[in-house]
Amino acid sequence: MTMDVLQLQRQLRELQASMHQEGFIDDQFTQLQRLQDDSSPDFVKEVVTMYFDDSEKLIDNMKKILTQAPVDFKQVDAYVHQYKGSSASIGAARIKNICMKFRNCCENQDHEGCWRLLQQLQNEYSALKGHLMYLFRLEQELRSAGVKIPSLE
Amino acid sequence: MGIKMQSQHQPVALRFHEQTGGKRKYTFIQAKRAWLPKFLLLWIMLMMLFSGSIYNGMDADNKVRRREVLGSLCEQRARMLQDQFSVSVNHVHALAILVSTFHFYRNPSAIDQETFAEYTARTAFERPLLNGVAYAQRVVDSERENFERQHGWVIKTMEREPSPVRDEYGPVIFAQETVSYLKSLDMMSGEEDRENILRARATGKAVLTSPFRLLGSHHLGVVLTFPVYKSKLSPEPTMNERIEATAGYVGGSFDVESLVENLLGQLAGNQAILVHVYDITNSTNQLIMYGNQYEEGDNSLVHKSKLDFGDPYRKHQMICRYHQKAPTSWTALTTAFLFFVIGLLVGYILYGAAIHIVKVEDDFHEMQELKVRAEAADVAKSQFLATVSHEIRTPMNGILGMLGLLLDTELSSTQRDYAQTAQACGKALIALINEVLDRAKIEAGKLELEAVPFDLRSILDDVLSLFSEKSRHKGLELAVFVSDKVPDIVMGDPGRFRQIITNLVGNSVKFTERGHIFVKVHLAENITATVNGKSEAYLNGGSEDVAHMAGGYQSKTLSGCDAADERNCWDNFKHLIADEEFCFDASSKKMTTIQVSEQVTLMVCVEDTGIGIPFSAQDSIFMPFVQADSSTSRNYGGTGIGLSISKCLVELMGGQINFISRPQVGSTFSFTAGFGTYKKNSTSDVKKHNVEDLPSSFRGLKAIVVDGKPVRAAVTRYHLKRLGIVAKVANNINKATALCGKNGSLTSGMFQEDIILVEKDSWISGEDGSFNIWQLDWKQNGHTVKLPKLILLATNISNVEFDKAKAAGFADTVIMKPLRASMVAACLQQVLGVGKKRQQGKDMSNGSTYLRGLICGKKILVVDDNVVNRRVAAGALKKFGADVKCVDSGKAALEMLQLPHSFDACFMDIQMPEMDGFEATRRIRLMEREENEQANGESNEGNASKREWHLPILAMTADVIHATYDECLKCGMDGYVSKPFEEENLYQEVAKFFESKPISDS
Repeated sequence: MTMDVLQLQRQLRELQASMHQEGFIDDQFTQLQRLQDDSSPDFVKEVVTMYFDDSEKLIDNMKKILTQAPVDFKQVDAYVHQYKGSSASIGAARIKNICMKFRNCCENQDHEGCWRLLQQLQNEYSALKGHLMYLFRLEQELRSAGVKIPSLE
Repeated sequence: MGIKMQSQHQPVALRFHEQTGGKRKYTFIQAKRAWLPKFLLLWIMLMMLFSGSIYNGMDADNKVRRREVLGSLCEQRARMLQDQFSVSVNHVHALAILVSTFHFYRNPSAIDQETFAEYTARTAFERPLLNGVAYAQRVVDSERENFERQHGWVIKTMEREPSPVRDEYGPVIFAQETVSYLKSLDMMSGEEDRENILRARATGKAVLTSPFRLLGSHHLGVVLTFPVYKSKLSPEPTMNERIEATAGYVGGSFDVESLVENLLGQLAGNQAILVHVYDITNSTNQLIMYGNQYEEGDNSLVHKSKLDFGDPYRKHQMICRYHQKAPTSWTALTTAFLFFVIGLLVGYILYGAAIHIVKVEDDFHEMQELKVRAEAADVAKSQFLATVSHEIRTPMNGILGMLGLLLDTELSSTQRDYAQTAQACGKALIALINEVLDRAKIEAGKLELEAVPFDLRSILDDVLSLFSEKSRHKGLELAVFVSDKVPDIVMGDPGRFRQIITNLVGNSVKFTERGHIFVKVHLAENITATVNGKSEAYLNGGSEDVAHMAGGYQSKTLSGCDAADERNCWDNFKHLIADEEFCFDASSKKMTTIQVSEQVTLMVCVEDTGIGIPFSAQDSIFMPFVQADSSTSRNYGGTGIGLSISKCLVELMGGQINFISRPQVGSTFSFTAGFGTYKKNSTSDVKKHNVEDLPSSFRGLKAIVVDGKPVRAAVTRYHLKRLGIVAKVANNINKATALCGKNGSLTSGMFQEDIILVEKDSWISGEDGSFNIWQLDWKQNGHTVKLPKLILLATNISNVEFDKAKAAGFADTVIMKPLRASMVAACLQQVLGVGKKRQQGKDMSNGSTYLRGLICGKKILVVDDNVVNRRVAAGALKKFGADVKCVDSGKAALEMLQLPHSFDACFMDIQMPEMDGFEATRRIRLMEREENEQANGESNEGNASKREWHLPILAMTADVIHATYDECLKCGMDGYVSKPFEEENLYQEVAKFFESKPISDS
């Protein structure tokens, strides 16, 4: 094992630890990682990519509705619910939390609050995306170095 | 919630009314309770009437007697008076004859005044009733002068004056001394006397006057007159002849008053009665002869007696009455009164009894009502508990969710700790509520047990695997042993069975710090026979295999620690095994008989070497929320409801649970439960229910188990046996060597060992050197052609020990306990190179293998509108080997599930646009029902076992707790899994489902 590999491994560990620490991801993400094995080596990446696509679409939709004159809060709520579900599935804890607050706002028809939370969602989303992309890059590098990704167990 | 509560309480109230209405059956007395006082009154009146009539009867009797007495007294008096009267009359008659004989027939007359006076005076005693007698001569007016001259006096009237001229005179010529004043008085001048004289000479008989005041005494009296005839009359003279022949008249006056007075004075009872004598010749004007007219007497009772004084013209009567009124009859009065009192008392007693009966019956009904109410209250309590528990879970969902969110935010380590504690508490609370709900359901009678085929052994393995982590951490031996006679598949409720076992084992794990926990399952009949010590015969005739091993063992239990119940120690246990082996070896008859019988009763023992239960608390251990003492929950947690639920469940299964416990030694809980046997004829289906497909590739392999503890060795043997491996036991390595050497060298091939399993204890206690030497020996013997694999069995093993083991030759593998057949199989696969490699590592983590076993190869449809969720769910299921299809809406799912399809199960999201999970499920069920009905209609006469379409549908929900569970069931779902999948939860649901329901198509 070269120093590089060790370095990468440490970085990966630290990254995952800090993401957990800061609440970007939770145990569900770990579960997801467990699901990944030889038969589906890119499972996590596949799911997360789907999640990104889904997120962008949903955030776009929400933005669109919130800019229209009579705001259809029900529709927004439906989107937020969906977003919450998918976030829970991949273990994006912080986004999930914001979604829950968001739903409260929708219920109260608090237009301003919705806007604020949509902003937060966007911020969180880009932060999470950054982190995860970085994580995948590290994994990719490790794999290309011929190291099996250590299980988190 | 309020509405819900109301709606649930109504049936209770309703049932309550029904029960009371149904049970109220009044007796006669109860129904007529309002009439009771009236009955009493009626009775009293009846008694009064009755006693009155008794009094009357007796009184009338008295009166009759009184009348009779009066009658007889009166008659007696009347007769005496009459007799005396007639005696006097007769005497006057005699006197008249005397006068006629000696005055008229003798001439000159032999009688003059002196003679007459003397004679009458001397015979006066003969006429006691007469004052005196006198004789008056008949003198016609022509003879008057002559007569007056002859006698020398003038005829005078009653008033003593010279008589005026009349046709006829009757002057008295002779008179008794007492009435001498009558001399020369003309009797014809007095009215009464004249009438008397006329009547007397006409009839020739004695005649009487009506009563009048007598001249001398002024007493009431009558005058008696007799005629005296001159010549003898013809035998039947006419009236004129008589008048012609009349010469004179003899008369006497009766002083009736003094006469009767005298007479009555001589008789008894004179004082009591009052006597009157009347002349009733003129019936309208009765003349009193005797008695004070105005004297008061008892007028109510009168007796009349007729008197005959010899004068047919005159009629007389005697009237008697009592002086005083009839006295009150005290006897009659007292008798009647006593009778009345007795009647009254009897009536009162009856009334009192009736009142008492009514009261007792009232009390009885009240009690019955109270009982019904208490029962209703009990049911209501359970319903209330069920409702409340259910309702509590909804807000708890929010609390747990929020805590989860809180934990995801940026918290300081203290805050995180607090939040985590809160979350743990919340989860514990949910678990508790679920348990309470369970109990409430059992009490409310809502819990029904399933009867589906299941594999008992694999369930026990599963339960063990749940606790393997904890037990390994504590260093406990955890083992299960199931008797060979217990059928592979039994009919019962696997979920509830698992719950009981989990509870008991969980308790044991919680309270045990060292030693072992041992779960043992036998047929109940079998164990009693063994405990009774009747198994000597089996032992003697049984397998020498066991017999020879028995020597030299030091410890009697699984881990060597003492256990509370002696039954699990080796002494009994070996009998059991011997028994089994004997049966097994001898013939399979017993096995078949067992399978033929419909019902088996299993005895399950869970033995631990924990802290035990204090004797003081042993009585209340099955009561809900009671733990051994308050410090228990402080030290070990838990609520103590588990055992009470287990007890209820065991009783529902028709068994009993009990325990033996010694403080600081351990506890042994044992329970019996009845299960149905699975019908042999459908063997092909058994495989489907047999969740755990144990690989058959080990069949026929041979193994030696090296273990110093016989019970533990037996457990190892049991697991090997399930894999089809024949095992022998040696209690130390030297013996094993000997066994191998003997077999290997002398009868090569007869027992060619493939595997040697060595218990860690035995290996450590045995000398390392000897083991190595044996290995060397082995190699030198030239048997290296097929060297047996060495496997170390360990509860926990440190790295140092592991290295040492490797060095000692256990290069092959180490099997971590607790042993499970599937895990052993996986390890053996790895060691022997049979089967896939990938299974082995995962076997170590609990649950996964079983989940894999359940789900592997099944075709599953995942319905979720969220692409990410769909992918994750699919990924998870695929990991367990399922063939997963995904669709993104309820509609698409319906299309996919058009019959016939080939899916084994469906995981359905609940919240979806257009058509949600509930609606989709309802439609799928509708579709299936129609198809089933159609199929049934077609194949009514044909193959009866036509398969039914029923696709298992599990809801996927993000709710932490069963809030929406009821709704899921309502629309036809079979269960639910949490989203995102948690392995444990997924396993639980899927296991329940795939075990219990025959899979429609696979």
